[in-house]
Amino acid sequence: MSNKHHLELTQVGIDFPTPKGPFTALQNVNLRIDKGEFISLIGHSGCGKSTVLNIVAGLYQATNGGVILDNQEVNEPGPERAVVFQNHSLLPWLSAYKNVELAVKQTPNGRSKKEMKEWVEHNLELVHMSHAADKLPAEISGGMKQRVGIARALAMEPKVLLMDEPFGALDALTRAHLQDSVMEIHAELGNTVIMITHDVDEAVLLSDRIVMMTNGPAATIGEILPIELARPRNRIELADNPEYNHYRHEVLKFLYEKQRKVESVDEHRKKLAKHNKASSKGASVA
Amino acid sequence: MFKQQAVPMIFSQVKQIRIPSINNILRAAALPLIGLVIFLGLWSVMAKNIDTSLGQFPGPIAVWEQATTLIDEHNAQMDKADVFYTRQEERNAARVAQDPTYEPKIRAFTGAPTFFEQIWTSLYTVLVGFVVASLIAIPIGIICGLSKNAYTAINPLIQLFKPVSPLAWLPLVTMVVSAVYVTSDPMFSKSFITSAVTVSLCCLWPTLINTAVGVSSIESDLINVSKVLRLNALSHVTKIVLPSSIPAIFTGLRLSLGIGWMVLIAAEMLAQNPGLGKFVWDEFQNGSSESLARIMVAVLTIGVIGFILDRLMLMLQKQVSWDKSAVLR
Ligand SMILES: Nc1ncnc2c1ncn2[C@@H]1O[C@H](COP(=O)(O)OP(=O)(O)O)[C@@H](O)[C@H]1O
Ligand SMILES: [Mg+2]
Repeated sequence: MSNKHHLELTQVGIDFPTPKGPFTALQNVNLRIDKGEFISLIGHSGCGKSTVLNIVAGLYQATNGGVILDNQEVNEPGPERAVVFQNHSLLPWLSAYKNVELAVKQTPNGRSKKEMKEWVEHNLELVHMSHAADKLPAEISGGMKQRVGIARALAMEPKVLLMDEPFGALDALTRAHLQDSVMEIHAELGNTVIMITHDVDEAVLLSDRIVMMTNGPAATIGEILPIELARPRNRIELADNPEYNHYRHEVLKFLYEKQRKVESVDEHRKKLAKHNKASSKGASVA
Repeated sequence: MFKQQAVPMIFSQVKQIRIPSINNILRAAALPLIGLVIFLGLWSVMAKNIDTSLGQFPGPIAVWEQATTLIDEHNAQMDKADVFYTRQEERNAARVAQDPTYEPKIRAFTGAPTFFEQIWTSLYTVLVGFVVASLIAIPIGIICGLSKNAYTAINPLIQLFKPVSPLAWLPLVTMVVSAVYVTSDPMFSKSFITSAVTVSLCCLWPTLINTAVGVSSIESDLINVSKVLRLNALSHVTKIVLPSSIPAIFTGLRLSLGIGWMVLIAAEMLAQNPGLGKFVWDEFQNGSSESLARIMVAVLTIGVIGFILDRLMLMLQKQVSWDKSAVLR
């Protein structure tokens, strides 16, 4: 076995240009990920989780450092790093089937027409969406859309599956269903996964390692928590498993003690003003 | 208090569930009718009180009479043309019988164009001008929407030419067409080209601007999807850009067609080019006692055709649009 890692982020940093000069969102982000690992990124909102994911996806260019996937530098987006977006991002004018098909057609592979059709159907099956293959996104629920989004990503046979708060907009029950589906699929296909979440339970349940990020600006990785719970994992059994609760506690401690989000008085005032403005706007419209 | 209100509220809801069908039909049919009747009433009252040098301003009845007269005149003209062509054929046949080497000449009937022929000319001209403008405006709009640089380069030109009245263009267009369009066997008449080009010049802007805005406001997530899938430029445009900017493009197209139709009538009047505008101008110059009523027929016709054109565009949009649930009006 080579000691090279599957996916490496080395000294990654990024500056966003703003009218007030460059804003350093990330600094010195270092992470080595093995093939088939399930990684969760957790941190307070605005710390830079999406930015990390977008850099790995190739949608953003790191200002410093870089990302290497299987010995190749990442510098543009591509289907080997499929993204599941928070808001499903299905093309609203294409049916579930056609959305997945578009992705399959764009992925380099030597499939015949028939094989392609089977592959699309297989991936819809994987997320339990075969019954709604011909429905437009507007005709299915949020959870179903997210399932199709996952099917689209999986159908590209990505080396790495990137998910940005994939279940953030869903109700608790739907979210639990989808988490189970993702665990099943991960067990079956063994993709490398990086998932952003703000849900501590979700992170502990799904991950091999939880990467906890410090608050921005110039955010970086604070701690990495390996989750050594046996798979397959069952949410009901885990509920009163002391190990599980220990992990949960660790994450919560990091988020709410070590990285407690402290707002300066100024920031707080600004937020209040914004809020008041928004609510007064709402009132005047109504 | 609340308990007392509860019962009547349920009743009123039941009523609302049952009656809307009738209620809606009544509203859809009756209200426009009421509007129309009031309009006709006001019109006839006002017409009676307006005296012009060409006699009293025509009321609805006078206009209706002229409309039927115009139809009769059209039919009479068509009959005349038929007679002309059959006689010509007979004469040619006779000469060929006498002299087999004779090559029969076919001359076109040269009666003055009727009202309906003028309508047809105008419709044809506006559609050609509109289609040409759309074929130019949509691609440029897409480019402007996709590339900020292209937009920055073209925007000043758009802003400069957008507010120019078509009638300012007309003399230039006329001169350029006369100078450039020289063929021995013209497929189109010069007046047709002048009118169509003038229409095009005005139809360009709404479509171009709306397309550019539509394209530049595509959801960034969809653009990211396109990037992750590595769609090439053509697929990006056909699979992502066009479908998502169809509503904006159609908004532009409908504005353009409306403007084009208004502009055409004015251009025809000013340039004496065949069409409805010329009909109006000729009647005005004619100055007979029926002229005003005939012009009024033309005015109403222009309105009705403008309305129908817009409805046709709307139908086309419904046909093309992927979002069948969207309310289009
Ligand atoms: N394209 C951008 N331009 C400027 N600033 C950005 C951009 N994207 C993200 N940021 C800033 O970087 C920080 C991290 O954002 P993000 O990665 O979206 O946070 P989150 O952890 O909530 O996903 C935020 O302060 C955000 O304002
Ligand atoms: Mg985010």
